[in-house]
Amino acid sequence: MRMRIAASLLALSLATSAHAVQPDEVLKDPSQEARARALSLELRCLVCQNQSIDDSNAPLARDLRLLVRERIVAGDDDTAIRRFLVERYGDFVLLKPPFDSRTVLLWIGPFLVLGAGAAAVFAAARKRRAVALSAPPLTDEERRALAALTEKSDA
Amino acid sequence: MIVEIGHYALVLALAAALIQTALPLWGVISRDAALMETAKPAALAGFLLVAMSYGALTWAYVASDFSVLNVYANSHSQKPLVYRISGVWANHEGSMLLWVSILVLFAAMVALKGREMPLRLQAAVLGVQGSISAAFIFFVLLASNPFERLLPAPVEGRGLNPLLQDPGLAIHPPLLYVGFSIAFSFAVGALIHGRIDAVWARFVRPWTLLAWIFLTAGIAMGSYWAYYELGWGGWWFWDPVENASLMPWLAGTALLHSTLVMEKRDALKVWTILLSILTFSLSLLGAFLVRSGVLTSVHAFATDPARGQVILAILIFFIGGGFALFAWRAPLLKQGGLFAPISREGALVVNNLLLAAITAAVFIGTLYPLALEAIDGSKISVGPPFFEATVIPLGVPLLLIVPVGTALAWKRGDLYGVAQRLMVAAGLALAAMIGVFAWTHGGPVAAPLGIGLGAWLIFGSISEILARSHRTGAGPSLMLRRALGLPLAAWGAAIAHIGVGVAVIGISATAWGTEKIALVRPGEVLQAGPYTVRLERSFVRNGPDFRETVATFSVLKGDEVVGRIEPGKRVFVAQTMPTSEAGLMTAGLGQVYASISEFEPDGSVGVRLYWKPLVTLIWIGSMIMAAGGALSMFDRRARVAAAVRAPHGAKPAGA
Repeated sequence: MRMRIAASLLALSLATSAHAVQPDEVLKDPSQEARARALSLELRCLVCQNQSIDDSNAPLARDLRLLVRERIVAGDDDTAIRRFLVERYGDFVLLKPPFDSRTVLLWIGPFLVLGAGAAAVFAAARKRRAVALSAPPLTDEERRALAALTEKSDA
Repeated sequence: MIVEIGHYALVLALAAALIQTALPLWGVISRDAALMETAKPAALAGFLLVAMSYGALTWAYVASDFSVLNVYANSHSQKPLVYRISGVWANHEGSMLLWVSILVLFAAMVALKGREMPLRLQAAVLGVQGSISAAFIFFVLLASNPFERLLPAPVEGRGLNPLLQDPGLAIHPPLLYVGFSIAFSFAVGALIHGRIDAVWARFVRPWTLLAWIFLTAGIAMGSYWAYYELGWGGWWFWDPVENASLMPWLAGTALLHSTLVMEKRDALKVWTILLSILTFSLSLLGAFLVRSGVLTSVHAFATDPARGQVILAILIFFIGGGFALFAWRAPLLKQGGLFAPISREGALVVNNLLLAAITAAVFIGTLYPLALEAIDGSKISVGPPFFEATVIPLGVPLLLIVPVGTALAWKRGDLYGVAQRLMVAAGLALAAMIGVFAWTHGGPVAAPLGIGLGAWLIFGSISEILARSHRTGAGPSLMLRRALGLPLAAWGAAIAHIGVGVAVIGISATAWGTEKIALVRPGEVLQAGPYTVRLERSFVRNGPDFRETVATFSVLKGDEVVGRIEPGKRVFVAQTMPTSEAGLMTAGLGQVYASISEFEPDGSVGVRLYWKPLVTLIWIGSMIMAAGGALSMFDRRARVAAAVRAPHGAKPAGA
């Protein structure tokens, strides 16, 4: 019980990061800094609960932010930096998972649901129209009654 | 003693809930009116007993009775009264008791307000609702008893988690918990009862609407809390806990729209029943995700795997039972009214398809990492970039069709007529978009597009109200009279849709925000959008149960001081971890937002300073949505749902 409370408090305290990016980390060149920020938002703080390195105040997140900035200053492009980090930490570091055989259902899943739903609606509509069209023809009695009515209104 | 009475009342409530389940359902099956009649008193007794139990726990908190383990673990004698009361639900055991209270409250309301409901339907609904209450009361008594004693009693409590000591959070969870269980009970009750028609839809709609209003307000409140309490300046993080509340909201929104079709046109029955079951399933799934700790989240609190398993068992029982019953009985449902693809019904079908796809995106994104790890052990992360990439392409068409759908006629719509009707609204929205684009030339491109979309929703909704109150040759006074005479549901829908538009504008405008991260000395200034912010001083002060270090900033427009913000860090007496308090100044619809990273010994502070133009529109829009929903609830149709039982409504004309 006590352990659990302690653990959940610890988890919460990790969340109180008001101080993600620190002033001394900011790069001089604003365009490079902007790139660093955009990249940081896509990278997961590996030891945190569920935060990007941009949001987190964990020491590891700071190390990763500095690393990203180092690579940017060294002239790497964004793809190269991402590749570098994936080699080191695996796909887990990317908040936007790559599209590959393992994640194909993830990426197309929502659109599959949409497609399947649309197909079901279409099929149901067709079936119902077919039912409506194949309504049984009038019986002789109905036909006579109809004829009587039409004559009456014509008269 | 009072605590023991509360505990015992909960045990009796379990008995009442079991009676409320067994007798009426038996009565429904055996068509025994006397047995069905037992539903009402059982539901009322259950409500009174749970209220007593909840009152007893509240008393223990207010009186700071630390011999109760739950109070000791979550409260403190110096805590202000309001947080002692909200502390009751700011922990696992108490929040489960709150959940139970809401379940029995809904049952009691159906028992009291549903006087005009057919007896069999009412008995079936209350019976099913009773079984849900019973399951959760059983869970509280067995696995998370808030009345457990602690002997010897400690002198002082451990205090509420400081993050949760906040006005926003004090009212946020009760709003969230008013769940969609009642829609589920109606669906399952109707499946048992065997009659599912427009009458059913008319009775279920107000309850669904009530659950939706509270969830909408609750999510908005939670989002605002995260925005200023977590201090990152973000308002939505696609965190599993947030997603857990978003999924039932999306499904519930779809349900509101499909019950509309069912009520008016007796169509989409099978889908509406399925959606009712699905919506509650997603609520239960949310509870499971939040409580069990299967998913890592920044604000899951009080997680415990063992309890998670019990909730999982409850979840499997109700979802499995619901779907099994659905599979068995749904094929017996007769199809209702036919409609052409271009019609109000058609538009609402598209609405439901897109909402279902968005729900699927959130669902898949939230659970995929878990599934993948279970299958091949590989770990991936699914974060905000994924959700933005899938939800936006599905959400934009959904919002684009709103004005068209509301303008189309039932059964068979006239697209050309609708185009004419919406020409002005479309022109205004386009003008807004182009105007904003020209004005902010060189800025982010997505923002003006979003503003255009928001304007389209707003103008489209206004034009719908105008079109419905317009008659050729009518003067303005007649038009006003006609407008005021429109059903409240029409106003409610228009206002809710305007709320969506307002929120969309607020969200789009975040792209124009600015951010500064710097170490400033007293007297130094920073720029935040149109404002200049100057650090005055930093100092320490005492609150009721905390000490905080605060930095005072003046906010200047030109040379004139227009406001002051005081971001800081708090340390609560009962805790050691500091929490950050953002400094906020609302200027018009935008906000200047500052949060402190560190206080240096020389008086300088590390600060993250934002200018967030129009940001308040996100929450104002959400509140407008909830208000629109509330207005709909007061519609005559909802209030006198009874009237449909009157002879003239009982049989369709001509039958």
